[in-house]
Amino acid sequence: MSLDTATAPIKRSNARQWGPFNIETRETPPQSWLFTLSMLSVLATLILTGVIFALYGQNPITAYVTLAQGTLGDLSSLGVVLQRAIPLMLIGVGLVVAFRAQFFNIGAEGQLLAGAVGASAVALFFPNFGFLEIPVMFIVAFICGAVWGFIPAILKLKLEINEVISTLMMNYIAISIVEWLVNGPWKGKNQVGYSYTDTFPDAAWIPKISSSTVHYPTLIVALALVALVAFVIARTRLGFRMRILGENPVAAKYVGINTLSTTLAVVMLSAGAAGIAGAGEVGAIHHKLLDPAQISLGYGYTAIIVAWLARGNPISVIFTAIFLGVVFAAGDVMKVSLQMPAQTTNVINGLLLFFLISTEPLVKLKISLARGT
Amino acid sequence: MDNIILSTAARALAFGTPLMLGSLGAVYAERAGVVNLGMEGMMILGALAGFAITKNTGSPLEGILIAALVGGLAASIHAFISITLKANQYVSGLALSMFGLGLSSLLGKPFEGLPLFTQLENVSIPGLSSIPGLGVFFTDQSPLSYFALVLGVVLWLVLFRSKLGVVIRSTGENPSAVDALGGNVTLVRYACVIFGGMLAGMAGAFLSVAYRPAWTEGLTGGIGWIALSIAIFAAWNPLGAIGGSLFFGALYSLSFSKLQESISPSLLKMMPFICVLLALSLNALRKNSRSNVPEALGLPYQRGQR
Repeated sequence: MSLDTATAPIKRSNARQWGPFNIETRETPPQSWLFTLSMLSVLATLILTGVIFALYGQNPITAYVTLAQGTLGDLSSLGVVLQRAIPLMLIGVGLVVAFRAQFFNIGAEGQLLAGAVGASAVALFFPNFGFLEIPVMFIVAFICGAVWGFIPAILKLKLEINEVISTLMMNYIAISIVEWLVNGPWKGKNQVGYSYTDTFPDAAWIPKISSSTVHYPTLIVALALVALVAFVIARTRLGFRMRILGENPVAAKYVGINTLSTTLAVVMLSAGAAGIAGAGEVGAIHHKLLDPAQISLGYGYTAIIVAWLARGNPISVIFTAIFLGVVFAAGDVMKVSLQMPAQTTNVINGLLLFFLISTEPLVKLKISLARGT
Repeated sequence: MDNIILSTAARALAFGTPLMLGSLGAVYAERAGVVNLGMEGMMILGALAGFAITKNTGSPLEGILIAALVGGLAASIHAFISITLKANQYVSGLALSMFGLGLSSLLGKPFEGLPLFTQLENVSIPGLSSIPGLGVFFTDQSPLSYFALVLGVVLWLVLFRSKLGVVIRSTGENPSAVDALGGNVTLVRYACVIFGGMLAGMAGAFLSVAYRPAWTEGLTGGIGWIALSIAIFAAWNPLGAIGGSLFFGALYSLSFSKLQESISPSLLKMMPFICVLLALSLNALRKNSRSNVPEALGLPYQRGQR
């Protein structure tokens, strides 16, 4: 997956020799090569992070062992990993679609919060849908997230305003709105001294797998969305339009693809998925709307790496989301066992993203041992 | 009434200083054709470096200089990835922001909540401070604020009135022409990106050494992104960047002022961000606003390829 529309593929005479290697370029790299490059990026990130650990006065080996034990060591910590992976999967698969259509959505954080607000509104003010309560929360959260994504989408399509800036601004606006709600109009009557809403009624509690924090209804929605997106991309007309739009926007216009409606559909799907993630967080983990920094923890930004690591493949998102779920859970372990701030995971995120894009130029290369030299 | 306007104007300069430094840096990097979304990360690394060095040496000046170096160093990572490796500039900048936020909270943990005994003191400029009206800008302000104002004018002169400025602007408009005429596209771009990073680092140090002398995790709070937006609707003009920064400085100072008694502080906090969206929209609606965009902005330069 490449966002560079400017460097259209150029046919070049192939095969150069570099030391003992033959280097060729090819247009469609096999999955195994993409996987190898991603793994190399992960490895390089772990090594550099180890160096940072060492500079910080931690033995990197023991630090990694502690982190591995704390995240993968037993069933309950695996549950935490999966819990972290749920919002990452939802947002990540949405971002795969958005990135494919050349919309660089950095606003999942705000879209998640918009969804959390929508779900909370249903739970607090319309608690009488019975067994439909949770589905209604999901639907309203999807709509709220999608609306939050619609604004920067329309600003980009109509006014050519860079979506990176506008989606980021929407994040900060969403944070302020949630802060305002929990300190002002929605502040719970029974929550003296805290900036919370009242606790949701029982019907709005998203169920979890026994004694873990894995809220399976949200997980099922996430997996269903992955399947849906994979199907849409591979088999439908919308998927075809998205592919053309992503690979060559000019050609898309010439063959009569409606850039406007395709991009809007894609962005609202992506933003709506983030909204559902927000419903999952407040409905299953917190059971109330609270301080935005506690609702989201940066899922929206981390999901960018989930999508990038999946290199445009929706099915891969399942695995990359779990991988970054481990990184997220490692943040908690760092805080508790290593006395490092949980924000340290952002170092890993940043480095990983650096390496992933740095290996991008290698994607189209085929490197093999030269014969007969 | 007069007092409110004057005090808002005076504080607009203080609030606007990090925005000025940041957006001036962004103007130069983007004039040379490189978008650096790592502003937030470079700023916060600068803020930490500035605070830590000032804390240890007792010299705010040293703190600010080191902060500039750290900002420049951070920017050079982005320069290497986006210019030399020709990778996606937007993602690289974003990664730099994440990296900076993470690294600063890791390395900054021991400094959390410590007082700073030697902060950069405000000064008044004799003579200028007694001008009626404009005097507030020269009374009891940070030396960095004066520096930013002067720098803005100098950078405008360099960009639009010097040969170097022509080279920088051409590098962002038409790098192959610069290359054909014997200019060094890579060098110009590296220099502008690193210069932008140094200013971002200073902007961060202003926050932690002068404006509110303390270190807290995530203290930049989105200022970097606003600085980036200012560069856009200032149409990449240093003087416009100064004006835009003062405008947003005034907005910030209003949101911390008496208004807090009548409007919730969290709603006031989002005012600058809404205004960024409004300003970008109004700017886009203006006729021929697109003509100012550097032609090769965001595109890596590859010799022999158009």
